[in-house]
Amino acid sequence: MTRVFAMTLTILRKDLLVEWRARAQAVALLGFAAVVLLLFSFAVGPDSTMLAKHAGGYLWLALLLASTLLLGRSLQTEVETDALEALLLAPVPPAALFYGKALANAGLLVMVALVAVPVDLAITGAGIVENPVLLALIVVLGAAGIAAPGTFYAALTARIDGRQLLLPLLLFPLVVPALLASVKATSLVMTGDPMEQLPGWIALLVCFDAIYWSLCGLLFEKVVDG
Amino acid sequence: MKSPLAIVGLIFVVLGMLATAAGHWIGLFVAPPEAMMGDVGRILYVHVPTAWAALIFFMVAFVAAIGSLWSGWRGFDAATTGAVEVGTVLTFLLLIQGSIWARPTWNTWWTWDPRLTTSAVLAAAFGVVLLMRRLIDQPAKRQMATAVATIIAFVDVPVVYFSVKWWASLHQQASTRASMDSVMGLPLGVAALGMLVMGTGLMLLRTKVELVRLAHEADAPELPPTAAPLRLDDPAGGDPTLDEAT
Repeated sequence: MTRVFAMTLTILRKDLLVEWRARAQAVALLGFAAVVLLLFSFAVGPDSTMLAKHAGGYLWLALLLASTLLLGRSLQTEVETDALEALLLAPVPPAALFYGKALANAGLLVMVALVAVPVDLAITGAGIVENPVLLALIVVLGAAGIAAPGTFYAALTARIDGRQLLLPLLLFPLVVPALLASVKATSLVMTGDPMEQLPGWIALLVCFDAIYWSLCGLLFEKVVDG
Repeated sequence: MKSPLAIVGLIFVVLGMLATAAGHWIGLFVAPPEAMMGDVGRILYVHVPTAWAALIFFMVAFVAAIGSLWSGWRGFDAATTGAVEVGTVLTFLLLIQGSIWARPTWNTWWTWDPRLTTSAVLAAAFGVVLLMRRLIDQPAKRQMATAVATIIAFVDVPVVYFSVKWWASLHQQASTRASMDSVMGLPLGVAALGMLVMGTGLMLLRTKVELVRLAHEADAPELPPTAAPLRLDDPAGGDPTLDEAT
């Protein structure tokens, strides 16, 4: 158990290091999220009340779209250099490989959010969030909800020809509950929560994360063996 | 048509169609119109059986997928495909029927009701599983991917349902035989049984087709190895005649 944990941290460190050395790509991802947010505003028009009302929705759609780019190349280095087999022979337990990569992806997604949230708040005119800690919690839970099934499906589609199309197609219907909960919770933090609905949505996010972080970790062995 | 699976499947389809037709005949001509909705309410006899059957086939697919993943037996893979395909078709039918019913009843083709939205998400999630199967060439990998994606999509069903239920709600309470008069319960029961039997027959036939396909694929001769990629930096790895030319 401690070995799996140590290996998870090693994989996480490796993936973050690879991202750091190719940081131009990470910066491009931040730019992508910002541009998507800008495009949503163009699609809705300069109606500031409407924009502020839907600020949470735009933020999560931008993060979800950015995540498909991020996840798509999450295993690309390993697959292109046949390093996946080497990692498994090392031997890295498949669960450690999954959790290391999923944590790295969740972390990178949170990093994208660090840029996307201020941009979103600024261009939609939603203003200053009174409770940034709560918003940070929702961002972390939501990013984790996208990263676990996302990393899993990225591994599943890594060697398939139509993976650029297949990954979002598999991921989007699956993360509907996480997306709904994240959008609702974010909107409630931004616009106020008179009905006290926030704990319910956060609980839903926690449940979604718990289900998919455990289920995907359990099934990952079959995916990398196949 | 010598295979017992195909014969049983065909018998099930015919029996199921007869039962469904009988259920609809009672539902359309014998049973009274629904108290609130009038004749429009008669879509119940096709809509509710479709919903029940779709969910049952996804459940069958889930069980078959677990078997397929842990035993690796080809029959489970074929059964998963058959069940997912029948379930997906039924879910699409469900969405179309729902829209036809919602228009006169709710005065809209689409609402963000939990059951309706869950059905749409399910149709997408399981439809993609079938699409993915087409894109994978290696049988073992395809079997694994189908099973894994089916399991994950099925686990999502209750989570999607509850999340959407919180998010917005308009659909009427689920109709069961207990919530209606026995005059309406009979056609519903017969139609539901018919739909289930017909679906089972279609699933068996589809499973047979998949088994034949998988067997042909396993028997097919190996493809000749592809030519070594041309390496300009390494003369030994490329085509020697080409190197002389340059």
